[in-house]
Amino acid sequence: MPEPVPWAALRRFTAARVGLGRAGHGLPTTAHLDFQEAHALARDAVHSALDVPRLAADLAPLGLPVLSVASQVADRRDYLLRPDLGRRLRPADQARLAAPPAPGTFLLVVADGLSASAVQAGAAALLGHAVPLLRGAGLALAPLVIAEQARVALGDEIGEALGAAMVAVLIGERPGLSATDSLGIYLTLGPRRGRVDAERNCISNIRPGGLAPEAAAAKLLWLAGAALRLGATGVALKDEQPAVPLLAP
Amino acid sequence: MGFTQAIGGTRFSFPDLRCLLARATPPRSGDVLAGLAAASAQERVAAQRALADLPLAHFLAEAVIPHEADAVTRLIQDRHDRAAFAPIAHLTVGGFRDWLLSEAADAAALAALRPGLMPEMVAAVSKIMRLQDLVAVAAKCRVVTRFRNTLGLPGRLSIRLQPNDPVDDPRGVAAAVLDGLLLGAGDAVIGVNPATDNVETVMRLLDLLDTVRERYAIPTQTCVLSHVTTTMLAIERGAPVDLVFQSIGGTEAANRSFGVTLPLLAEAREAALALGRGTLGDNLMYFETGQGSALSAEAHHGVDQQTIEARAYAVARGFAPLLVNPVVGFIGPEYLFDGKQITRAGLEDHFCGKLLGLPMGVDVCYTNHAEADQDDMDALLTLLGVAGVTYIMGVPGADDVMLAYQSTSFHDGLYLRAALGRRPAPEFEAWMQRMGIERASGEGRLPAGLAPALLGLG
Repeated sequence: MPEPVPWAALRRFTAARVGLGRAGHGLPTTAHLDFQEAHALARDAVHSALDVPRLAADLAPLGLPVLSVASQVADRRDYLLRPDLGRRLRPADQARLAAPPAPGTFLLVVADGLSASAVQAGAAALLGHAVPLLRGAGLALAPLVIAEQARVALGDEIGEALGAAMVAVLIGERPGLSATDSLGIYLTLGPRRGRVDAERNCISNIRPGGLAPEAAAAKLLWLAGAALRLGATGVALKDEQPAVPLLAP
Repeated sequence: MGFTQAIGGTRFSFPDLRCLLARATPPRSGDVLAGLAAASAQERVAAQRALADLPLAHFLAEAVIPHEADAVTRLIQDRHDRAAFAPIAHLTVGGFRDWLLSEAADAAALAALRPGLMPEMVAAVSKIMRLQDLVAVAAKCRVVTRFRNTLGLPGRLSIRLQPNDPVDDPRGVAAAVLDGLLLGAGDAVIGVNPATDNVETVMRLLDLLDTVRERYAIPTQTCVLSHVTTTMLAIERGAPVDLVFQSIGGTEAANRSFGVTLPLLAEAREAALALGRGTLGDNLMYFETGQGSALSAEAHHGVDQQTIEARAYAVARGFAPLLVNPVVGFIGPEYLFDGKQITRAGLEDHFCGKLLGLPMGVDVCYTNHAEADQDDMDALLTLLGVAGVTYIMGVPGADDVMLAYQSTSFHDGLYLRAALGRRPAPEFEAWMQRMGIERASGEGRLPAGLAPALLGLG
């Protein structure tokens, strides 16, 4: 008769919450509170607010002018209920952005999305890798734009106002229980209002333990170059970047 | 033709049935986002009163989306059975509610009525029902389906074992399957959502799940929830496909956004039937739905999201499915904002599906940007259990590490069965007893018959 296999032995095969044991039919106290803690972190990340002056200071070493804008959303509740308003600039910002325009440039927008805390923690490091790569490839960069209460598509209106050739929106992704600090990048050629998601390319899960910032920056550069050659982003542009080790330490 | 109703000295008018249904709908964010919701509580109750006075026969004359514009409307109208409808043909929507709650509406009467019901009639009556009405009537419905076991029998509660892995790692999937089996899950189906829709990956997962089922001799069915076209390709290449999965919606355009048509679903079903893998029955389609998906795809034709959802069930019932469930809290707060809205939607969906004759489960779930938590899920789960839900999901620790949302845990399934005296599907229950599962998990070990080594987990 072989030795019985302990239930908890399953844990080494997956990050899922297996082998938790049971208290009657319920979760043991520790497992229950582990879950509550993860949910609390995720909830706080969703409702976190961007500290714009601090983020601007963190981005200053990149040597780009920094502009700050906001969507038409009034508050976080409004943001969650009205994705349409999160895709539109405040009227004051529409006028302000247009003068002076930055025609033909590559635009980087840093947007809070569903996790301002992820942006606060990770955007500067990601751009620290991306901006030198983009400059090195000869791309003219537009002023860096920080956007509050923003959905991905807000980048279309910002890009249109500036006359940018392409926009990359760095945005806080929806927090999960295992990661609340994940960033995504959405790349759109020829940004203008009315662009749809099928016209974008996405790089997701950029975080410690996920896609490393240097790998994400390299992928952004590859996609930007491919988009310019192809004349399109979105479903027509397949990610065929040669495989590189992608996991962050 | 329009409808008018006076409430508290104010006269409200509703230009058509579509508008009347939308304004009568209990509040939810998706209808507000679509600009369809009642502007005030008074307008809503005025619409509910006008709707209650509407003869059910009106639904035969006015479609919410025109016959010529939509294949789902054609399916609904062309398959409507007037003889089955006859017993309620004289009733208004309000009278229908009273009849549903009466003792005359027993399991046999409700089953006989199904071909005579249009989804819009069912959606309409649900809009003037409270939660307890939705629970009480659904609990009277009997829907039994079979593939390798028997689902939906009275006194039973089944669980889909959902062992998702962020990178489709077979070891991660296998470990989660074992964990679920040890906690009594898997009688509805062992069903993985693949992280990618790549056919090679899907076939590897199909082989893995079939191996698990065979090695442990589990009387259940397996499924990889890939797109229907990917599943058809896997069938062509000889993969062991039990069930055909597809997300569906309540309009032709919504289904197009999912990349499916009604003929394509029929073709996929035929391909799977030809494999002859069911031992007890040939219910082999598995459909997922959810309020808001049509709006999200801009395919709602100005119809409220709950009515559209009920129309998706008319699509499902054309294919004799084994399993149907809405993923009620997954779509996000812009469609269902908080625990209250998610709870009501879950009970509406279960009620509408059961009344139309579907084997309804519910994915009781939420995302981290919804105003909901585990307490909300416990409440909805318990209500659905009382309503006789056919199955729920089982995810390790309620945390789906691939889809990044919270569903019900294996433990939640144990809780509900114990609290309400429900048991697993009979064939699966007998298997659990043979394997000594309950005792082993109580002792914190895997039973000898569930050796991880059989799956290559050394």
